[in-house]
Amino acid sequence: MGMTMMERILARRAGLASVAVGDTVTVDVDMTVLIDLQFSTMWLQPLRIADPDKVAIVMDHAVPAPTIKDAAGGPHARRFAAEFGISRFYDVGRHGICHQVVAENGLARPGEILACTDSHTCAGGAYNTAARGLGPAEVYSILCTGRTWFQVSPTIRYELLGEMPAGVSGKDVFLHVANEFGDATNLNLEYGGPGLASMPLHDRRTIATQGAELSADFSTFAHDDVLAAHFEALGVTDYQPSHADSDATYADVREIDLSTLVPYVARPGTVSRNGLPVTEIEPRKIDQAFIGSCANGQLDDLRIAAGVLRGKQVAAGVRLIVTPASQQVYRDALRLGYLQDIADAGGVVTNATCGACFGYHMGLVGPGEVCLTSSTRNFTGRMGSPEAEIYMASPATVAASAIAGRIVDAREGTAR
Amino acid sequence: MSNAPQADGLQVTGRVWVFGDGLTTDDMYPPDAMKLDIPEAAKQVFYNVRPGWTDQVGRGDIVVAGRNFGLGSSRPVAALLNQLGVAALIAEEFNSLFFRNAVNAGLPAMTVPDATSIFSDGDLAAIDLATGTWTNRTTQATGKVPPLPGLVLEIIAGGGILPRLAQQGYLPTDLVDILRSPAVAAAGQGSGA
Repeated sequence: MGMTMMERILARRAGLASVAVGDTVTVDVDMTVLIDLQFSTMWLQPLRIADPDKVAIVMDHAVPAPTIKDAAGGPHARRFAAEFGISRFYDVGRHGICHQVVAENGLARPGEILACTDSHTCAGGAYNTAARGLGPAEVYSILCTGRTWFQVSPTIRYELLGEMPAGVSGKDVFLHVANEFGDATNLNLEYGGPGLASMPLHDRRTIATQGAELSADFSTFAHDDVLAAHFEALGVTDYQPSHADSDATYADVREIDLSTLVPYVARPGTVSRNGLPVTEIEPRKIDQAFIGSCANGQLDDLRIAAGVLRGKQVAAGVRLIVTPASQQVYRDALRLGYLQDIADAGGVVTNATCGACFGYHMGLVGPGEVCLTSSTRNFTGRMGSPEAEIYMASPATVAASAIAGRIVDAREGTAR
Repeated sequence: MSNAPQADGLQVTGRVWVFGDGLTTDDMYPPDAMKLDIPEAAKQVFYNVRPGWTDQVGRGDIVVAGRNFGLGSSRPVAALLNQLGVAALIAEEFNSLFFRNAVNAGLPAMTVPDATSIFSDGDLAAIDLATGTWTNRTTQATGKVPPLPGLVLEIIAGGGILPRLAQQGYLPTDLVDILRSPAVAAAGQGSGA
């Protein structure tokens, strides 16, 4: 019987000829990524670890430290990295949101398994990697043993057709999928098909990242020429992509004609089955507009936002906060003039961090406020007060809405 | 059979609190709580969904929830539930990251379809993860679900994943028993998001 992309990876890393839905397998993990939060309480330094060359440490959630508790974690991380000879240590200054740093450094490789202490680790699925978020205790265990277990879940295949129209991004594709098909709890998502070739990598990253909001296990894209070129540019060649068998068994196969899609907005509270095309959303007045996170703080997201904002002004009464996903993105966006455009328009550009996306620092929302965000979650209380309302959309929609002062369709400028 | 709460590795008996569908980690471990130590953070669990609940829940109680329980982040919510004395989780459907966090914290968790119809607030529930059986001792309803894989049951029965690491020599062996104390284990593993 044929296997899906995910089943192939799990079988190979479990040392088995094949796996099937329902099997529980123990696998070798190729890359384990620790984040700053892991070190910021009473960190217990392990006596030994599996392999320092298969570990990365990324300072991302709370940097530069907003609390003493977070500040106390830094020395733990630095001591651990030094004592165990961990060369992939992305300390403040080389930092960024872990999934962006993972992408920039080619740490999520096709056909491999990556574990990290953040729920959006499925971002690595854009690179044909079996990547998923695991709790801090489990990641600590993998750090020590190099192994963990997975139960093989059924897979839903998304067959992408056509090309996205101008003004439609990966965020809109994701919001369409979330709205149309809802949660995928205890399921794997697999994306492929002829439409993939025209979909830029940054859009795939957004979609893969947001598998977390659908409650999916793994969220993985096919390996293709775009991906091959990406890894060649990074100088990474020693990998073995995972291809789905033509007779793989899926729980469902769903076709998405990209050419028919429009920008979407998710309404407050939940992502799943809670969206509307931007043309149908209530023209809500907004207090805060946010562009950032592992899903939408990429260089292309900032390019799109800068393009909308250039020569315009953020509406009075609106705070536009833009958080590059990494120091590398920040530097590139600075060099390319995007940050200038954003700041000239009245936007606030912050240091690269998870920041406002998880309601921890640099851009929380207060009671009664309305936020339109291009990040990962619109859950109640996610970005601050549970009495705030969080709408979610693409960077283009957020930037255009920041100028208009209310939720608008970026394709129509600010006229609406 | 006594009606007093009991917890013995894979068998748990306790009073239930019934919640609804789609509870997220933001409902249980809000961002502000991440700035606090575990005992203080635990007071924030369900702060918006059911204000005051953390003063009512008692040691040995069981949380029952509906579909997609625990959607969201990798924050170790199970550590907060342990801190509050919650002895087990029953849900109609678990988010897999949340479920794994429970397992790795040694918090028994069982998927029971229709759980929120089977149980009402204050009922006495008994579950046995080893056999997959559940009983509502108040209504006498009972049923069976497929048992979890053996290696998962072993982690739960051993009090979570950290005591096991100490036994295997990855952490000082004198920490084995201490690590079975949920609050210490939670602090030792750090936090996630």
